[in-house]
Amino acid sequence: MSAHADTPAIPISFKRRAHDAVHDAQLRKNFRGAMDFLMAKRAAQFPDGDELERLRAFGNRVRARALSKLPDLLQRLEANLTRNGVKVHWAETVDEANAIVHQIVAAHEAKQVIKGKSMVSEEMEMNHYLEGHGVDCLESDMGEFIVQLGNEKPSHIIMPAIHLNAGQVASLFHDKLEVDYTEDVDRLIQIGRETLRRKFFEADIGVSGVNFAIAETGSLLLVENEGNGRMSTTVPPVHIAVTGIEKVVENLRDVVPLLSLLTRSATGQPITTYVNVISGPRKADELDGPQEVHLVLLDNGRSQAFADSELRQTLNCIRCGACMNHCPVYTRIGGHAYGTVYPGPIGKIVTPHMLGLEATRDLPSASSLCGACGEVCPVKIPIPAILRRLREENVRPPAAEPHHMRGQGSKYSRRERYTWKAWRTLNTSPRLYRLFGLAATRLSGLIPADIGPWTEHRSAPKPAARTLHELARDHLGED
Amino acid sequence: MNARDRILGKLKQSLAGTTPIADDYDDALLTAPWSYPAEHRVTRLCSLLQAVHGETVLTTAAEWPARVSEALASRGIDELLISPATAHGQQFAGYLALNGLVTRLKAYDRPVEQWKDELFFSTPASLTGTLGGIAATGSLVVWPTPAEPRLMSLVPPLHIALLKASEVVDNLYQIMQTQRWAERLPTNALLISGPSKTADIQQTLAYGAHGPKELIVMVLQDA
Ligand code: SF4
Repeated sequence: MSAHADTPAIPISFKRRAHDAVHDAQLRKNFRGAMDFLMAKRAAQFPDGDELERLRAFGNRVRARALSKLPDLLQRLEANLTRNGVKVHWAETVDEANAIVHQIVAAHEAKQVIKGKSMVSEEMEMNHYLEGHGVDCLESDMGEFIVQLGNEKPSHIIMPAIHLNAGQVASLFHDKLEVDYTEDVDRLIQIGRETLRRKFFEADIGVSGVNFAIAETGSLLLVENEGNGRMSTTVPPVHIAVTGIEKVVENLRDVVPLLSLLTRSATGQPITTYVNVISGPRKADELDGPQEVHLVLLDNGRSQAFADSELRQTLNCIRCGACMNHCPVYTRIGGHAYGTVYPGPIGKIVTPHMLGLEATRDLPSASSLCGACGEVCPVKIPIPAILRRLREENVRPPAAEPHHMRGQGSKYSRRERYTWKAWRTLNTSPRLYRLFGLAATRLSGLIPADIGPWTEHRSAPKPAARTLHELARDHLGED
Repeated sequence: MNARDRILGKLKQSLAGTTPIADDYDDALLTAPWSYPAEHRVTRLCSLLQAVHGETVLTTAAEWPARVSEALASRGIDELLISPATAHGQQFAGYLALNGLVTRLKAYDRPVEQWKDELFFSTPASLTGTLGGIAATGSLVVWPTPAEPRLMSLVPPLHIALLKASEVVDNLYQIMQTQRWAERLPTNALLISGPSKTADIQQTLAYGAHGPKELIVMVLQDA
């Protein structure tokens, strides 16, 4: 969570926003169409179920192996990047990360920053931070550019403007860029291209994310289709990459299975248009490329997830977005309802580590536990099991040890605890249970019509006139 | 203690008493499903490139300059960014001279800062070599060099790439291993699989987002 009070970083009003989203017909139509499209595209990339399952298992092992030696790999990555001429920085919090970026920006007296797509920079709210320091920060991914133009946040980690249809983008361009209204997507993209080309040209600093950081070679690998990632990392004199500490893999060859899983799961492509492997700034005899390359490694709660072997699996994530594309909840409420940078299933399990459970207490329960996310996840994160675990952390007594998570017990209620204790006693003591059965059937008229949350969406239960035990005894002809 | 030490300290503490997972890399899974008979490799690469609006031209080591010339002429382009320091650059210049053609050849012979404006706004086409192709995904391997810098394959709206048919391999794993990438990666290594594109507006595919609007791959069948 950032320090800016004016940004909606605290997703506490999830229920309210979800309620509104469910009643927004246009939004639901946009998401339904987009998710159906993405699911079909992914399915077409995995015609062989056996290959898919073996590759997922492989992907899971590659990520688990990297995490099993994470501190060593981070140090190797740092050593090799440094050898290659890349400056490595470490940040525990988003404020620290922003300060590091700002220092670099200030050292170059930079006024304009151009950004390739980076979810970690969203996590940092870097645009907002830099603007506060008089630095223009422009998004160059078409989706991010649209979202920024509309003063919105991305609603999907792969397709940021997926909540909008062409007509809505057309109006936005017409209003903000003062171009003729057109719903022709080719024309709209060309308008974006022309606007941004000038900006790549002018920018003092390029910022990007990282898909995989390779310890063995000291390289940063980025995938993309548009070419804006290559532009942002090649044209400006300085390139700053920001990423989470979990993004490291051990060897160059480890990216082969992950790359295949990532592009096929995310957008249903065998590969993206560009795979861009950066291993250093411009050398003396080279004619382009940045003079300086920086990498900012951000923790922001990841080390908390890392500390517990079950929760650690959250960090396997390669940010493909498949879990949200297949989520019945995400499809109905869209990305903004979550109020978090990472929406959908992955957002529900990773955001509590970033913002604490207090601010995210409703997220783990906003799931039917249908299991779709866990089934499609290319690195086999058991998302439903982790959601159940977070529900548990949510109701454990706040002071109970061991303390796994910031905000433990955010939904803890003494009354609920006692109710469940009473329920257990009732069900484990035959005499009490019989008495309860009798009371419930004979006094059923006393059950109020309004019993809290239960009757918000259901009618109140009406017990039968006689208990099941009584009926069974009658049936068997016993007394 | 600084942030680095605190982060590493926490991570190490969390791993105390555990053993790292062994590397059981499964190369068969990355090669077996992605292997093709030699005569199908180029066909597959071409059809995958065409599926994403890449143009492919089957030609020869002697004929390609004529094909490039035709491609430029049909688009009304009369200049080309090409390196005079490479064999293909010299071959193309020789072809133009021999045939009395007037295509203007531009060289990327100075740091980008010295001609950024021209590169960005009045360089319609470029030609580069490649280090090979990948049949599995329809990809070109491009390692920029001082002669053919990074932006050469990115900024001009038309990118023409030369690909030797003999250098088309089955899959990424294979080329990574045979070319020993892990030991010798350049400052920037690229896989290029088509012209620049985006589906960011209502999932509608549009080409020419920020990079080249067109990619033409000249496949030299006898090279
Ligand atoms: S949790 Fe799995 S499915 Fe979801 S974004 Fe991460 S890798 Fe993809």
